[in-house]
Amino acid sequence: MGVAMGQAERIEQARALVLELEAGNEPEVRRLIDAIGDGGGGELFQEIGRLTRELHEAISGFLLDERIAELASREMPDASERLNHVISMTEKSADRTLTAVEQGIPLTEELTDHSGRLAEQWGRFVERRMSVEEFRSLSDELARFLELTGSHATRLHGHLTEVLMAQDFQDLTGQIIRQVITLLQDVEGKLVHLVRISGNRAPAQRQDCGRLEGPVVPGIDQGDVVNGQDDVDDLLSSLGF
Amino acid sequence: MKILVVDDFSTMRRIVKNLLRDLGFTNIDEADDGNTGLPKLQSGNFDFLITDWNMPGMTGIDLLKAVRADPSLAKLPVLMVTAESKREQIIEAAQAGVNGYVVKPFTATTLEEKINKIFERVEA
Repeated sequence: MGVAMGQAERIEQARALVLELEAGNEPEVRRLIDAIGDGGGGELFQEIGRLTRELHEAISGFLLDERIAELASREMPDASERLNHVISMTEKSADRTLTAVEQGIPLTEELTDHSGRLAEQWGRFVERRMSVEEFRSLSDELARFLELTGSHATRLHGHLTEVLMAQDFQDLTGQIIRQVITLLQDVEGKLVHLVRISGNRAPAQRQDCGRLEGPVVPGIDQGDVVNGQDDVDDLLSSLGF
Repeated sequence: MKILVVDDFSTMRRIVKNLLRDLGFTNIDEADDGNTGLPKLQSGNFDFLITDWNMPGMTGIDLLKAVRADPSLAKLPVLMVTAESKREQIIEAAQAGVNGYVVKPFTATTLEEKINKIFERVEA
């Protein structure tokens, strides 16, 4: 390099360069400039050139990858559509279940009330504190109750079957979500590749306090979260609640 | 006893309403976020507010702050029922004047316990 080249030699080259310039000998001028410049820069330029070419090829290759185009144009929008479908299926199921439950609860309340009244009367009969008149009305009421129990049990059975059938979404949403996970893993692979060819390291995780975290998901680090209601109660009582 | 239930998911509102009905509360109104909930509170003589945190429009924490800032509502008991479970959020809600905090998913017993506790304290 520069050190290896003696001062005398460099002066010699400079003189030669002036002469060649005056003579207008362009190829020789270039050769001499390269020779003088090779005091360190040439190799570096060559290396930068090689890296630039490689980066360019890698990026063009990446852009030409058909898979990427397919991901961007079709599969990502598809995935959003699929997830929206999951939301609507789970919502529909929750609605069906809630409706069945809301229709079932009054039936159980009616049975509870009626059996309570009968139990009280039955108690008086067992203790022989009941007139014949009252007993006749008790036996009528018993007959009505038996009929009511039978019909309410049938209706409740129908509501429970409805709750059962409303769970049929699970299998379908499971499959759809699994497809979306596969897609995400594919995109992740491509992004990692892009980060690698651009030579950057992944940015450090951003701390974003304004964002709401939503439900705790096992295996996902969401910062300093409580572990269930007991933790919440402990925390609140430590604050004087 | 008139109660307002604020949650952006109608299924959650139905669940809470059914649990409240089981506890003997039948006068229940609903809203899907703070923007629709606050005017109801301001005009409706409510005795109790149950609200989610994360809602589009006006969030539950903003609704809580608005309630505490309104002289006619400042003393209204507020129970937060939410999936938000970071310690700093619970502390933020406590500092904003929440009366109880239930994390989702919750049980009927937990909800009952917290509601009873709030009324005991309000009556004391």
